[in-house]
Amino acid sequence: MNPTNDYSMWEVFIRSRRGLDHKHVGSLRAPDAEMAIQNARDLYTRRSEGVSIWVVPSQQIVASTPGEKEPLFDPADDKIYRHPTFYELPAELEHM
Amino acid sequence: MSQHTTTFTPATAADADLYYYVLRQADTAMVLCQRLCEWVAKGPELEEDIALTNIGLDLIGQARSLYQYAAECSGQPITDDDLVFQRNERQWVNCLLVEQPNGNFADTIVRQYFFDAWHKAFLTQLTTSKDETLAAVAAKSVKESAYHLRHSSSWVERLGAGTELSNERAQKAVDDLWAFTYELLTPDELDERMQVRGVGADLVAIRADWERSVHQHLTRSELAVPSEVFPATGGRNGVHSQHMGYLLAEMQILARSMPGCEW
Repeated sequence: MNPTNDYSMWEVFIRSRRGLDHKHVGSLRAPDAEMAIQNARDLYTRRSEGVSIWVVPSQQIVASTPGEKEPLFDPADDKIYRHPTFYELPAELEHM
Repeated sequence: MSQHTTTFTPATAADADLYYYVLRQADTAMVLCQRLCEWVAKGPELEEDIALTNIGLDLIGQARSLYQYAAECSGQPITDDDLVFQRNERQWVNCLLVEQPNGNFADTIVRQYFFDAWHKAFLTQLTTSKDETLAAVAAKSVKESAYHLRHSSSWVERLGAGTELSNERAQKAVDDLWAFTYELLTPDELDERMQVRGVGADLVAIRADWERSVHQHLTRSELAVPSEVFPATGGRNGVHSQHMGYLLAEMQILARSMPGCEW
């Protein structure tokens, strides 16, 4: 443990069921990683929402900037062959 | 327990020992819950505000099951609400530790840690009680208690080994509250009778484990274990500290001033 006065931001990811991905659910403040997990448990999993928790220091998130939206995302829109819309998915496949 | 000469003395209880044994646990959980709820909207951080009240919610759930069982054991037509809202100070049999004021955050955390370290061991033993209801309540509560202990012990470590100020406050809390731990860990006649029946916990064994783990954890947290102090006891026989009356006044005023109210 590295004692600190610092109450920093953490991003919280919860996996609600086995087989599903961790989903971002929100953020919180905590003095360190272990307390961040405990706080995440109190804030986000009290009503049995999860089977697994990830916490990541918010500082470590590298985000795209809104100004880059067009070069990053627009080229995909006019190439319909990039989208898997020509397949019929079996009904049993729930999480595609 | 002849000192209880009140409307709630279970003269008709087939098993007065069991009634008081259950009531002590219920009162202890209830009073600590009331104390933790005093932190609502006053926590040092929003996250901690929620954590403390979550622990309080767990405790009130435990208290409710225990009060319903106590009411059943009393042999009288009373409910859990009667037991919580209609008894006077001398009729409450919680231990003294849990009624101590919240103080600063370190006081609350150290009180919680001393309690949780005891409570988890106590509930673990009760899961094998010959009394099926007590065993069932303990089996449900022990998981909650394990989380409470994780929370409070984490904070003890962070406060003790944190800054100079947090260490100073945590040490003061340890020194101030140490005298109240004897009552948790020292069996009286009722504890002994219940243990012999296979219903109650073995406090002597719990004490040995508690001392070992608490001493280790305090040391790891750079906090000194206090030397022997004069034990503060009495709450479990209805003799409380000066703080108890105020706590009950706040907790009971609504139910007593507006009998039968609902919201």
